[in-house]
Formats: sequence, C-alpha cells, structure tokens
Amino acid sequence: MHELAITVIGPDRTGIVADVAEALAGVGANLTDSTMTRLRGHFAMTLVCNGPTAEEVEGALAPITTGGLLATVRRVEPESDGKPAGEPYLVSVHGADRLGIVAAVTRVVAAAGGNILDLTTRLTGPLYVLVAEVDLPAGAGEELAERLAVAAAELGVDVTLRRSDSEIL
Amino acid sequence: MSDPDLQWTGPEGRVLPVVTAPASVLSTVGEEVDPTDPAIVQLAADLVSTMRVSPGCVGLAAPQVGVGVQMFSLNVVGHPKTATSHGTFVLCNAKIIEASRWRPGREGCMSVPDLTGDVKRAGRIVVEAVLPGSGEAVTIATDAFEARALQHEIDHCGGKLFLDRVAGAHAIYQRKVYL
Repeated sequence: MHELAITVIGPDRTGIVADVAEALAGVGANLTDSTMTRLRGHFAMTLVCNGPTAEEVEGALAPITTGGLLATVRRVEPESDGKPAGEPYLVSVHGADRLGIVAAVTRVVAAAGGNILDLTTRLTGPLYVLVAEVDLPAGAGEELAERLAVAAAELGVDVTLRRSDSEIL
Repeated sequence: MSDPDLQWTGPEGRVLPVVTAPASVLSTVGEEVDPTDPAIVQLAADLVSTMRVSPGCVGLAAPQVGVGVQMFSLNVVGHPKTATSHGTFVLCNAKIIEASRWRPGREGCMSVPDLTGDVKRAGRIVVEAVLPGSGEAVTIATDAFEARALQHEIDHCGGKLFLDRVAGAHAIYQRKVYL
C-alpha cells in the first residue's frame, strides 16, 4: 500500500474533479483527505490517496492533463494524524494589499510556537484578508496578541486574535 | 422593561457615498456623540436616507459613510430572518449589556462588498443607547436578525468588521454576483 500526495491545478472548467476522481478510482487509488478550491480562476486540488504506485497514478492522470492542468504525484510516508495539543485560536488580518503580509504574520505566529492548521487568503480589489486557524501552546495567547499587534501596525493592517473553542456535543 | 418607541421620524437626509475596506475610518474606534448636536441629527437623517436607497441594506453605521462616530441606522422589517423588529431607527453611543443564545450565521457588509462570512452572534441581546434629536436614553431587548444586525453595526462603531469575527479559515466566501 502506497501513500501518495497529489496536486492538480489548472484553469477552472466543468468536470475537473470528476475527471481526476475517476482516473484515481480507475487505478484503485483511494482518496483520503483533500482540499479542492478555486483560486482566482484556477482550480486547485491537493489530495492524499493510498493504493497504487506513483507511476500508475501519473499514467492515469496523463490523458486529462493535456488541457492546461498540471498534476504532480509523489510518494509520501504515512504520518500520524496527531490531534492538536494546544489551544485553538483564530487569527484574522485585513487591510490594504502589500507584499509580505502573510510572511510577517505567520513568522510571528511561528515564533510563538503556533502551528497553523488551516489558512485562507483572499484579495478582493485593494482589500487583503487572511484567516488562520492556529494551535497555540497553552498560555501563549496574550503575548502573541501583543506581538501580532506590533506586526500589524508595521504592516498597516488590522489583526484580531481570539479563542475558537468548539462545543463538543 | 417597557419596549421603547424607536421609530425614526426625522427629516429626509442626503444620500452619502459608502466607504469600503481598507479605509482607516472602518478600523478606528468611533467617538461618542452628543445626540442633540444638529450635525449629528443631520447625520442620522443621512444614514437613514443612504440605507433606504441601498438595495438589501438593513443597517448603516457612521464610519461606513466616513464619519468616525458611534451612530448607526437600522431597519430589518420584512427580512425573512427577522423576529422582533423596532422599525427604522437610529442609535447613538450604543452598548451591549446582555448577550446570549449564540448562533452562527452568514453576513455581508456594504463596506466589504466582495466577501461574506460566517459569524457567531448572540440571538438575544439587550442594548443601551440614546436617540438622536431627543437624546432620550433607551434600553432595547431584541432577538434573531435584529440582534445580529445591531451587533454588526455596534462593531462598526468600535472599528471592527465581520472579518474580525469570522468562524474559521473556510468561513469567508466570495460574494456571488447575480446578473
């Protein structure tokens, strides 16, 4: 059993997911975790599959990557899907677009020991928006909030850090 | 607690241009106002008039027309998610004093025209404020969509956008364009 990391990206059109999923199923690749979304008109898929070899999957994807789709397939070692150990936080950033917002904000988060579990950015007109879900070591929230405020002031953007506990029912 | 009559009965105002993010006024904590100041009463009328001509607009805060003060207009009458409604009204210096029944919901904003987001808001709130013109102090208890709209507008008065409260990395959405 091989675990494979697959990316597919290209100009959006109807049927990309169906084509890719069909090709994967055709060679017995079992699709496990994935994200698939549109990014400024490009359709981007990031998938983890298990089953066949990387060569078999590359062969199966070859016929559908002729129309501008770019696919990569790489064998990866199975990772333990460990649960986050710290406290869940959300970081929101918004402001005028400029170079280096993500770099500066995520560097501050990393320096506080924060592990980013999910992050989305959107550019709409002049407005840049970043929302990140962060697993933070216990008790690190207050200091991170202060450091983020300093970074945000330098960038000329607004930042909010807040807890994101979910109720387990 | 008696339910106060909040209905706006002031004059017709001007229709003002709405500013969009990233405008610094939207990120600035608004100043408290003197509700009897004629300029504030005029601004109240302008907010109502601008809200009325804006399709789908259920609330408009002073920072959204470029004025960094704590005042907003609201009208959720006829919205499908509305339960309690106080008609068309304008509040100054509003503060939330009770909040409960937190629920997620999708919201947008005229000042963030291209995005919507999932935001948890209280479904039941009590707000203290003063009315423009008379300066009368009022306490308003409301729920459902009017409560959500009030929290969104009070956030504007505090320099916050819904983007500061979205529920996760996948909780912001490109707004659909219907032609």
